[in-house]
Amino acid sequence: MAVAAPPFEVFYARHRDEVLAFIRKRVGGQRADDLFQDTFLRALRGYDRLEHGEHLRAWILTIASNLIVDDARRERPHGELTVEPGTEDARPAVEELAPLTEALPPKERAAVVLRYGYDLGYDEIGAALGSNEQAARQAASAGVRRLRKEKGQR
Amino acid sequence: MNPVSTSLDERFRDAAAASGLLDIAYDVLGETPVGPLLVGVTDRGLARISFDPVPELELEQLARLYGPRVLRSRRPVDRVRRELDEYFEGRRHEFDLELDLRIGAEFQRRVLVELSHVAYGHTTTYGALASLAGNPRAARAVGTVMNRNPIPIVLPCHRVVGADGSLTGYGGGLERKEWLLHLEGAIF
Repeated sequence: MAVAAPPFEVFYARHRDEVLAFIRKRVGGQRADDLFQDTFLRALRGYDRLEHGEHLRAWILTIASNLIVDDARRERPHGELTVEPGTEDARPAVEELAPLTEALPPKERAAVVLRYGYDLGYDEIGAALGSNEQAARQAASAGVRRLRKEKGQR
Repeated sequence: MNPVSTSLDERFRDAAAASGLLDIAYDVLGETPVGPLLVGVTDRGLARISFDPVPELELEQLARLYGPRVLRSRRPVDRVRRELDEYFEGRRHEFDLELDLRIGAEFQRRVLVELSHVAYGHTTTYGALASLAGNPRAARAVGTVMNRNPIPIVLPCHRVVGADGSLTGYGGGLERKEWLLHLEGAIF
């Protein structure tokens, strides 16, 4: 039987420090505090519909990363990618990845951003996407291929 | 990893309560004359007061009864906190609070509603309460309802005593029952 999600207080207390650190690494100052609050409010909105209590860490980090991406897009709508995505040692900052990945299908975009922007493992990304590790790996590599192709066409 | 600051933490808790998304908000009143109390409030009103709370167990139970969106938050509990403070100082004889009595069976609710009419400084008996709830022979069942009273103090089960005037029992321990009845001047 699937493990039920714990009371929200327990979930929040368990992940709040990591979520804040995760956001602060990518966004500064007051915006980080705002995104922290928005992340847990969004989690709260969906919390009673969770079907099980597994992979909650990946879930909350995905919510945070989606909000960071949206925020970056608002802040820098014409950002240009300056680093080639898809190499382990040259991970582009999320602000650079976000506008570039906008045109990708949602699943591929999430997989690319989580993998290369946030360094999540494929198992966690799979869980966050509601699928599995292999599907996450495929989505990320399909996304990277698509990005390379688009870049080549410019 | 730096922990979340108190101000950011409280800010989120306030926002969560204001969002209307919580199934139940709670806070622990650490220092009352009857020891620490956990107070739980839903959008319908005061739902829970627990003596000597063990948070881990308490939160699981609240989640089972009201839904998983259980969060500690001061603001929704402010009014209950204030009225309890006034009560403990002897300045308040009646609570002016909405109550959430959705849990429990019909008989339990009827008994608790009758219980709410027992006035400050007065006592009644299990049998009398059973009669008022429409079942004169159910004194024992009334005892069970008192023992599981979800909102002690505000729903004054401490004012219910045995037919011979003995204090019999109390979910929060007899000492507390005695203390509350002393406070109200019902016993000397």
